[in-house]
Amino acid sequence: MTTVTDTMDNVDAQHDHHADHKMTGIKRWLLTTNHKDIGSLYLWFSFIMLLTGGAMAMVIRAELFQPGLQIVEPDFFNQMTTVHGLIMVFGAIMPAFTGLANWMIPMMIGAPDMALPRLNNWSFWILPFAFSILLASLFMEGGGPNFGWTFYAPLSTTYSNGSTAFFVFAVHIMGISSIMGAINIIVTIMNMRAPGMTYMKMPLFVWTFFITAYLLIAVMPVLAGTVTMVLTDTYFGTSFFDAAGGGDPVLFQHIFWFFGHPEVYIMILPAFGIVSTIIPAFARKPLFGYSSMVYATASIAFLSFIVWAHHMFTTGMPLAGELFFMYCTMLIAVPTGVKVFNWVATMWRGAITFETPMLFSIAFVILFTIGGFSGLMLAMTPVDFQYHDTYFVVAHFHYVLVTGSLFSIFAAVYYWLPKWTGHMYSESLGRWHFWCSIISVNVLFFPMHFLGLAGMPRRIPDYALQFADFNKWVSIGGFAFGLSQLIFLALVIKCVRAGKQAEAKSWEGAEGLEWTVASPAPYHTFATPPKVD
Amino acid sequence: MSSKDYETYYVPEQSHWPIVGALALFLIAIGAGSYVANLDTGEGVGGYILLAGIALIIYMMFGWFTNVIDESMSGKYSAQMDTSFRQGMSWFIFSEVMFFAAFFGALFYARMLSVPWLGGEGNNFETWNVLWPEFQASWPLIKTPAGSETEAMGWYGLPLINTILLLTSSFTAHFAHVALEHNKRAALKAWLGLTIILGSIFLVLQVVEYQHAYAEMDLTLTSGIYGNTFYMLTGFHGMHVTLGTIMLIVMFLRVSRGHFTPDNHFAFQATSWYWHFVDVVWVLLFVFVYIL
Ligand code: HEM
Ligand SMILES: [Cu+2]
Repeated sequence: MTTVTDTMDNVDAQHDHHADHKMTGIKRWLLTTNHKDIGSLYLWFSFIMLLTGGAMAMVIRAELFQPGLQIVEPDFFNQMTTVHGLIMVFGAIMPAFTGLANWMIPMMIGAPDMALPRLNNWSFWILPFAFSILLASLFMEGGGPNFGWTFYAPLSTTYSNGSTAFFVFAVHIMGISSIMGAINIIVTIMNMRAPGMTYMKMPLFVWTFFITAYLLIAVMPVLAGTVTMVLTDTYFGTSFFDAAGGGDPVLFQHIFWFFGHPEVYIMILPAFGIVSTIIPAFARKPLFGYSSMVYATASIAFLSFIVWAHHMFTTGMPLAGELFFMYCTMLIAVPTGVKVFNWVATMWRGAITFETPMLFSIAFVILFTIGGFSGLMLAMTPVDFQYHDTYFVVAHFHYVLVTGSLFSIFAAVYYWLPKWTGHMYSESLGRWHFWCSIISVNVLFFPMHFLGLAGMPRRIPDYALQFADFNKWVSIGGFAFGLSQLIFLALVIKCVRAGKQAEAKSWEGAEGLEWTVASPAPYHTFATPPKVD
Repeated sequence: MSSKDYETYYVPEQSHWPIVGALALFLIAIGAGSYVANLDTGEGVGGYILLAGIALIIYMMFGWFTNVIDESMSGKYSAQMDTSFRQGMSWFIFSEVMFFAAFFGALFYARMLSVPWLGGEGNNFETWNVLWPEFQASWPLIKTPAGSETEAMGWYGLPLINTILLLTSSFTAHFAHVALEHNKRAALKAWLGLTIILGSIFLVLQVVEYQHAYAEMDLTLTSGIYGNTFYMLTGFHGMHVTLGTIMLIVMFLRVSRGHFTPDNHFAFQATSWYWHFVDVVWVLLFVFVYIL
């Protein structure tokens, strides 16, 4: 499908002026404008955040191992659930996807770099600062944010502790980072494709990031507006979310979920792109229904703007609202179903091999579908009256986010590690990581469905006795899942250091421009664009 | 596009401006955070950290833009690079639109839903009856459920003058652009200067209006949802006008130094887009905040 004149020529041409040599040491990373460096920074940062947020999850599960209050104070428990959620969403999943976009999109579309390389550096480096503020607030007098990652008013306004201002400004910076990153992705894709790479020839991976970036620039500013109102309500005497002044706490939920629901698709659309890249490679068949995948992604993105109030069925909306949001939400299952069908059809009668990226991708298809089904259950208004704010919701979103988004990120890392490092990773360690993760993750999240159906509320440090057995298993699964990720860390470090030399095309069935350049990919690729037929 | 366009795409070298900017933003966030958190006591050094952050970010912008201008003037940028900048700026403006959309959303929600509901509309009779039976729903909300009173800001007078000023300035900005495209430098400077003057008068009048509202009408940031939406919308808009005016001034200085050609003037184009955007937001504000 694609031909590249001579990659080494590209590299030499680029070396004409000296400044293109890498700097060394810390300066290289602080000052870099190179999309591969910045991609690596994003990926390492998100992994550190994954472990940090994971440690907080361990605190939560340790407290919930038994009924009763034993390890932490309830207020600190609330801080842990809040910061765990914020870190995983904004610190682990989103930056990991941005990192993959940075590494792969220029190589996949035959561009020399991202369109706005310095802005790219800025987008990354403001993130660690934002998270240091958020984490530092945990150590302030009165503690960190304790109102849940959804920071509902009045918990985050009237009843919040002294550090809310820091939370607000940290979220502002995260938003700026996402918006700038998204603008870069959009401009790169619109403006830097190699000649001949029409939109409908772009890899699906690129398509999904393109659409995700639009979601980001549309809703991150709304989040910024929300936290700003929280700030003024808390400190400057406004009453956006206070009925005494004519506002309404439910207004908070509307604005937040107008951001929040597209946000969950921001965290799953790129995963669709990854899985749609990996499954064809290991099934050794082209992706089934490429264009239907593109249209399904676009419809999901569109629908995500008109379903937000399915998070608010129990707030007493007018009946017409409840019905509208119920039906729209269910409608999303249609394009999502198209996707699942296409992945299965791609594998159908393929010559499948089961290397680690493929294992994680297949697990994704099955377990994400479970998460989609529990989503459909929650979408039914009368049923949600029962399930809302129980562990059933926690089970739902962990299936879509952990076995969905996170697993797709693992799959992507395994798939492209040879391209990034020039070494093959240890397949046996990869399998260990996969099997430990897949077993423990189900022990961790599956019983949560039953807990929720039986009525166990979320975000409570204590629970009634009848929930004790399931909770014990959930905690055991949690610790095991946490430990399993250390295998991944070891594998990646090992692979960066040494390993079997990877070929340019590291996987037999891999397709795309990135496999036409050497492994590891040279510091600068496609200084002159390849010709795409 | 021919492949030649791509060969010249300029990938800048390592730059220290972004990390300076990241540090500046960090200082701004912790400065503003501790300033706001200590508002009631007035203690702490937050305000100073905030000022240091702002100073650093101005320094960063100055350095970064100087850098970019130098590169642009020395002909490093291709037409494709120009397209990148233009697209980047348009999507940035789009994100700004969405920021305002959040506050307009709050305004519409309050007017159409929460205030009528508090007054007992729909199935909310008991809400009204139990919580604030004295409360009369109205918009502008001049008496909140809790009982604080204010006056409504009329649309005639200063707001109308301001609308005319800003609308005119959009035209003058456009004429400046046309003059630039025809390489009429004198006309360009005149129209640009006029735009700056109009923008500045707008800002002054806005301050006068705020003073009037605070001193004589008791319309403050804390006067319930009406005052909240009024000040947040006009306030954020005013901040954008300020930024836009500064951008226009920078453009004026650059024009005076002979920068920009009829077919290479991204920065000018971006500023003018930004100005039109600010203008459109004002028109919406005028209709929904002042008139209706
Ligand atoms: C078939 C598609 C989906 C449907 C029908 C669906 C439906 C729902 C509904 C109705 C709720 C609200 C439950 C409640 O609070 O009572 C919910 C919660 C949630 N969903 Fe989904 N969902 C779907 C897919 C996803 C995906 C793909 C993600 C993320 C990758 C996701 C993430 C979440 C999260 C994070 C929450 C909980 C937010 C919170 O309250 O903290 N969902 N979902
Ligand atoms: Cu949702």
